[in-house]
Amino acid sequence: MDIKDIIKEENKVYGKTPVLTDNVMHYCPGCSHGVIHKLIAEVIEEMGIQDKTVGVSPVGCAVLAYNYLDIDWEEAAHGRAPALATAIKRLNPEKYVFTYQGDGDLASIGAGEIMHACNRGENIVVIFVNNAIYGMTGGQMAPTTLLGMVTATTPYGRNAELNGYPLKLTELIAQLDGTCYVTRQSVQNPVAVRKAKKAIRKAFENSMMKKGTSFIEVVGTCNSGWKMNPVKANQWMEENMFPKYPVGDIKDI
Amino acid sequence: MALRGAIVVDNEKCKGCGVCVANCPTKTIALSKEVNGKGYNFAYMANPESCTGCTNCATVCPDSVITVYRVKI
Repeated sequence: MDIKDIIKEENKVYGKTPVLTDNVMHYCPGCSHGVIHKLIAEVIEEMGIQDKTVGVSPVGCAVLAYNYLDIDWEEAAHGRAPALATAIKRLNPEKYVFTYQGDGDLASIGAGEIMHACNRGENIVVIFVNNAIYGMTGGQMAPTTLLGMVTATTPYGRNAELNGYPLKLTELIAQLDGTCYVTRQSVQNPVAVRKAKKAIRKAFENSMMKKGTSFIEVVGTCNSGWKMNPVKANQWMEENMFPKYPVGDIKDI
Repeated sequence: MALRGAIVVDNEKCKGCGVCVANCPTKTIALSKEVNGKGYNFAYMANPESCTGCTNCATVCPDSVITVYRVKI
């Protein structure tokens, strides 16, 4: 059978969802952000909620997320996405509201906001992308950086005596009574991607059932900041990030 | 019953990260020697006969540049 006979519209099984715009993403080759954007877009398409979804973009690499998903967006001050999402959701309870934040935004400058938004049980979805580094600013140490990990500001590796320990924020969030679904996912291979998509869909469904905050951490890679190629970065993540940040549901009620 | 598949890569948008190559179970995909307008070695079907249209490459593609087609023969 010739390739031309296979490539026909009726044989199409997978392609780019129309919720993603045609803009070329500014992310580095192999960046996890692209996959996570795609999963959110696919969930929005499947649920048919494109005109009812409001995203809140963070400060960090994903600051330009509003260029890539064809939905309503607001851009929050650094770390304040959960506070802005609270206002949007309370004023528009019929909308699906989510925040999209990195570890620099959510786990350091925004640690206070996320704690209180989750503790109040706001009916929003929080997507937390943890790549253990400040990607946009040039690969400095983040609160989630692993011990011994070399970054621009820890050239001899992160030292617990000097820099403290990696922050497991998702475990902290799970202890708050306001959250209904707290999970940690990853997107390095097709199996993980499909699981992450299910988790995102569940979180969006929870937000309309008034059960509380759904919090999804996605362990991702920053191959530029880690100074590796994308495939090696995925392997490094499995070997080094997963022992500290184990993948799976932490809370589901 | 056998499955035959094919992929179409948006060459100009592909950034040549190689994640699809690593996740292709049938070793169908490779990075081309040519480069696109941005200087990236884009992905292409090096062994078109072996593609089963499993969609693994498109699932992991960060830039959503792969479209997958599949037929039963």
